[in-house]
Amino acid sequence: MFLYSLTLQRATGIVCACYGNFIGGKSQEIVIGRGKILELLRPDDNGKLQTLLAVEIFGVVRSLAQFRLTGSHKDYLVVGSDSGKIVILEYNRDRNAFDPVHKETFGKSGCRRIVPGQFLSVDPKGRAVMIAATEKQKLVYVLNRDNAARLTISSPLEAHKSHTVVYSLVGVDCGFENPMFAAIELDYSDADQDATGQAALEAQKHLTFYELDLGLNHVVRKWSEPIDNGANMLVTVPGGADGPSGVLVCADNFVIYKNQSQELRALIPRRADLPADRGVLVVSAATHRQKSVFFFLLQTEYGDVFKVTLSFNDTDMVVTELKIKYFDTFPVTSAMCVLKSGFLFAASEFGNHALYQFQGIGDDPDVESSSATLEETEDGFKPIFFQPRKLKNLIQIDEGESLMPIMDMKIANLFEEETPQIFVACGRGPRSTLRILRPGLAVSEMAVSQLPGVPSAVWTVKKSVTDEFDAYIVVSFLNATLVLSIGETVEEVSDSGFLDTTPSLQVSLLGDDSLMQVYPNGIRHIRSLVRINEWKTPGKKTIVKVGSNRMQVVIGLSGGELIYFEMDPTGQLMEIEKREMSGDVACLAIGPVPEGRQRSRFLAVGSYDNTIRILSLDPNDCMHILSVQMVASPPESLLLLEVQASTGGEDGAVYPASVFLNAGLQNGVLLRTEVDMVTGQLSGTRTRFLGLRAPKLFATSVRGRQALLCLSSRPWLGYIHQGHFLLTPLSYETLEYAASFSSDQCAEGVVAVAGEALRVFTIERLGETFNQTSIQLRYTPRKFILHPKRKFLVLIETDQGTFTTEEREHMSRSAAAQDNGMMEIDNQEKSEEEPMPDEQYGYPKTDSRRWVSCIRVLDPKAAATTCLLELQENEAAFSICCVNFHDNKNLGTVLAVGTAKDLEWWPKRRSMGGFIHIYRFVEDGRSLELVHKTPIDGVPTALCQFQGRLLAGIGQILRIYDLGKRKLLRKCENKNFPNTITSIHSYGDRIYVGDIQESFHYVKYRRDENQLYAFADDSSPRWLTASLHIDFDTMAAGDKFGNLFFVRLPQDLSEEIEDDPTGGKIKWEQGRLNGAPNKVEEIIQFHVGEVVTCMQKASLIPGGGESVIYGTVMGSVGALLPFSSREDVDFFSHLEMHMRQEHPPLCGRDHMAFRSAYFPVKDVIDGDLCEQYPTLPPDLQRKIAEELDRTPGEVMKKLEDIRNRII
Amino acid sequence: MQASDRFNINSQLEHLQAKYVGTGHADLNRFEWAVNIQRDSYASYIGHYPLLAYFAIAENESIGRTRYNFTQRMLQPCGLPPEREEEA
Repeated sequence: MFLYSLTLQRATGIVCACYGNFIGGKSQEIVIGRGKILELLRPDDNGKLQTLLAVEIFGVVRSLAQFRLTGSHKDYLVVGSDSGKIVILEYNRDRNAFDPVHKETFGKSGCRRIVPGQFLSVDPKGRAVMIAATEKQKLVYVLNRDNAARLTISSPLEAHKSHTVVYSLVGVDCGFENPMFAAIELDYSDADQDATGQAALEAQKHLTFYELDLGLNHVVRKWSEPIDNGANMLVTVPGGADGPSGVLVCADNFVIYKNQSQELRALIPRRADLPADRGVLVVSAATHRQKSVFFFLLQTEYGDVFKVTLSFNDTDMVVTELKIKYFDTFPVTSAMCVLKSGFLFAASEFGNHALYQFQGIGDDPDVESSSATLEETEDGFKPIFFQPRKLKNLIQIDEGESLMPIMDMKIANLFEEETPQIFVACGRGPRSTLRILRPGLAVSEMAVSQLPGVPSAVWTVKKSVTDEFDAYIVVSFLNATLVLSIGETVEEVSDSGFLDTTPSLQVSLLGDDSLMQVYPNGIRHIRSLVRINEWKTPGKKTIVKVGSNRMQVVIGLSGGELIYFEMDPTGQLMEIEKREMSGDVACLAIGPVPEGRQRSRFLAVGSYDNTIRILSLDPNDCMHILSVQMVASPPESLLLLEVQASTGGEDGAVYPASVFLNAGLQNGVLLRTEVDMVTGQLSGTRTRFLGLRAPKLFATSVRGRQALLCLSSRPWLGYIHQGHFLLTPLSYETLEYAASFSSDQCAEGVVAVAGEALRVFTIERLGETFNQTSIQLRYTPRKFILHPKRKFLVLIETDQGTFTTEEREHMSRSAAAQDNGMMEIDNQEKSEEEPMPDEQYGYPKTDSRRWVSCIRVLDPKAAATTCLLELQENEAAFSICCVNFHDNKNLGTVLAVGTAKDLEWWPKRRSMGGFIHIYRFVEDGRSLELVHKTPIDGVPTALCQFQGRLLAGIGQILRIYDLGKRKLLRKCENKNFPNTITSIHSYGDRIYVGDIQESFHYVKYRRDENQLYAFADDSSPRWLTASLHIDFDTMAAGDKFGNLFFVRLPQDLSEEIEDDPTGGKIKWEQGRLNGAPNKVEEIIQFHVGEVVTCMQKASLIPGGGESVIYGTVMGSVGALLPFSSREDVDFFSHLEMHMRQEHPPLCGRDHMAFRSAYFPVKDVIDGDLCEQYPTLPPDLQRKIAEELDRTPGEVMKKLEDIRNRII
Repeated sequence: MQASDRFNINSQLEHLQAKYVGTGHADLNRFEWAVNIQRDSYASYIGHYPLLAYFAIAENESIGRTRYNFTQRMLQPCGLPPEREEEA
């Protein structure tokens, strides 16, 4: 088996971010690292974040920094990755790509303890960069410019110190003096030697300053001073002429300003409800710098943001006071960026990212702590408390959707749509959601208006070529035409010159400023209101089809006659040529007039005899047939679309100019065929099934480029995005007819008719594969299942270390009561004030031994929770399944939920046992009723139905239960599993048990002996996080380190076991290698690079083959498609090989090594690498294509085809 | 000749041990070995963000706190070292 791996939705979580002027110019851009993807974002004028570029680097982005050489206007990007190289990138605007400027190797690849890459810091003046490892190694590179103003990089200077752990690293701003770097370091060498533990207790963190002596070209430890032992992060303080220099040291509960021989300390205010034993740690920081002022925003692990300011006198730059003031609260971030334009980009750790705009900079009085008022009492420093409040200084203006972390996923067609929906349980704590993903683009509806009848068609026309916006919307009915003029409002007009007593077949702009209306009995050419020319059809014939562009019109008369008109230089529409076709014309299309030409050369004619013909419109061979294409079913609609020549730029791809003939057939298939620009020959047909109705095709524009709108049983958009032609469904209802629409309010919209309504909409978030709707949940979702018969979801949600809902309500009530007592004046306001949304502020923290958990039944169609049971007495739900007990048929399907009681992780994992709850579905499955709950001696971490009984994995024990009257009854067990059972699947009498650390065990149940025994297991240790049953002998799984693998029991072994009357029992008693007698074989192995948390087999397109769909902790969704032919395997493995050679990953990690990071990659072809093919320069594309005996077009067609088999 | 060879290998080993933290030697005891493995593991958790996020979800802490905790545990990942046996 060979698989094609393709990422459908790129990772949505953000690891790190930095900002600067990467394009060069005034605007600021943000570069974010999403694990293995580098992305360049820019907030546009409306405050929406636009992705300019996203590139997969096939490595791990661990840190990012930006720097600028003095006097330059453009920033460079430095990437700390797992490649063992320092990589400096420059954004190339023409190609829309990152160009590697330098790649210097300094160590082994991989995220290792002593190989630098984890920490990265630059000198604020851009003269040097320091890259450090978690332990020991630090390297400094000097950056400079050569004579040709190119960036140069020196050989590395070492600043190593053994046995030293680094917590944080920054470049110190000291103007144009020698560059300095500061690090928080901890030396562990003594602690390793001292058996009494004294040394470990006394271990002291140090703040160390390193100085790069530019004259001597070496690095020295300038000074090192003990620092608070809770220190975890450094923030650089502006220096030189702008400020006092030095660093802010963020520590547990404190922020400390530190410079040589100076230390100022201030307390971080605490939330009033925070338990006393919990510290407050700063997890992300941003600096705002203007010419004269600067301040810092520090965010704590609870989401509160504080504004830190320093007071210093301007003359000697000595800091006198450090102040920390409460600023605002928003979800915890992994990185924050304050942009010059007044935006704050907050990259959330989990859940959606946000872009905020500053409303104020926290000048109003608020809870504040200062170094001057720090009070030390006998019990330590006196804490300062505050209450989080609603956003005051910030206002959210945009949101970036993030699925991180995906906890569980199910794919099913619950809504009975054409394609299945993906249900994803994601997020954490109060920000948990259930999201419903549908392949396709989101549509935002701008207007819907009812029309007096059922319209058949709609067009938009400009009054003149030079107009920016459309002037009229023309709607045709069965026996009339309605003209609407577009202005401030859209209203009906009668002075447009259009004939309104007849239906229309086509309305368009002709020439520079005249309009044309084609109706069944003729053509009306409106040159101005007083100069209207009419052309009438001869005899009783009527016009049935029209094809036109700005200069040419072709009409098809009933009976199969074609008449061709052309605009002459005086602006008259002249009849040029006629041609009799063999039968009625099904559809017509003329391509748009190419730039700088008189006319388009091709006319496409579709006939009911299942053919499409290309006719010439050249004066020399006018109306001659150039080529013929036979198709499977009569064509319904044709569109000639020119793909403009592109040399990169915004869309990133290099496409030769070419004309594509798009044909929608009556069987619902869309054909895209390339038309040779000279001969008119057709080649390279791509087919795609769009839906049950014959697609109607319309030209529209997307970001100023031509695009294709196809209306089948659902609408589709074909457009070019970052180098790929994408044909994506729109999540909108079935439309009859559409036209592009451009007005003041919406630059690129679509106007369409459906039923009796006229709809105007725009298409959002181009480039996304899925659009999502989300349903709020209460706690972190752990698992969910689909009710097998009714279309409900049952979720279990569990959170650690917080209060139950009742306790929280009680707390907020008593807090309100207290407030009322204290401030009676505010009474009115207080009671009206809404409670703060938990999504923004998080749940209050408490003892980590307390758990909250609930079971929820959700109706996804109505997006409503029909039943919610909160578990009591510190129980936490971890496993769920549906069972039909065969002895108890009258009960029907019951729900089993496994819970843990009083679970704690630290210092050792233990619990007071657990329970299995059995619930009965009542009210048609909408609600649950407890049947009974059975105490268990361990935590049931996995449940599964097995032959009408319940299988439970309880730690090392696999046990079969049957349903009793008052509790579950033990029937059989096997206690010999290595660690903890995390998943159980069953098929026939085989059971597939997944262990948390030791991969799969294949277990057989012998009914006559009532025995469970493992007959096969895996030889390699695998920390399973997701598992999937593929077939009788095969299992697929993801492990904790980001690998995906398939294991299979060899065929002969499998047969032997099935044939053996003892079922291999005798052999089993012998065992092998401390395990089961047989070993499964690994048949597929692939490193995804993100922890895979859920997998499912599904087909995302109607009638397509199944692929394995997986979701990861970073919020990405990917697919593994089995290849159906050997030929494809050969082609793609060769393409992958050439891509590896010709286009090595951006950050210097070897592609093969990355995909084999833990185990060698086996039989998986990386589609993400292959899909980078269109972004290569044309000569390289040709070179690779030649090696493969194909043309670049054919290679791209192959890539499109295989993508279309998945989604 | 033989003497210098032995010297050579030893010095090479020492060089390796100095350069690559965690390079073993013949007298490595169980504790030292375990400490080394643990520190490598923690460094790897810190380096692989998805793994860090996975732990953070399990412990219901922020990723920043989890990272800090892991770095903190690199000091003494396996508890106290065993008493040294007096060398005879």
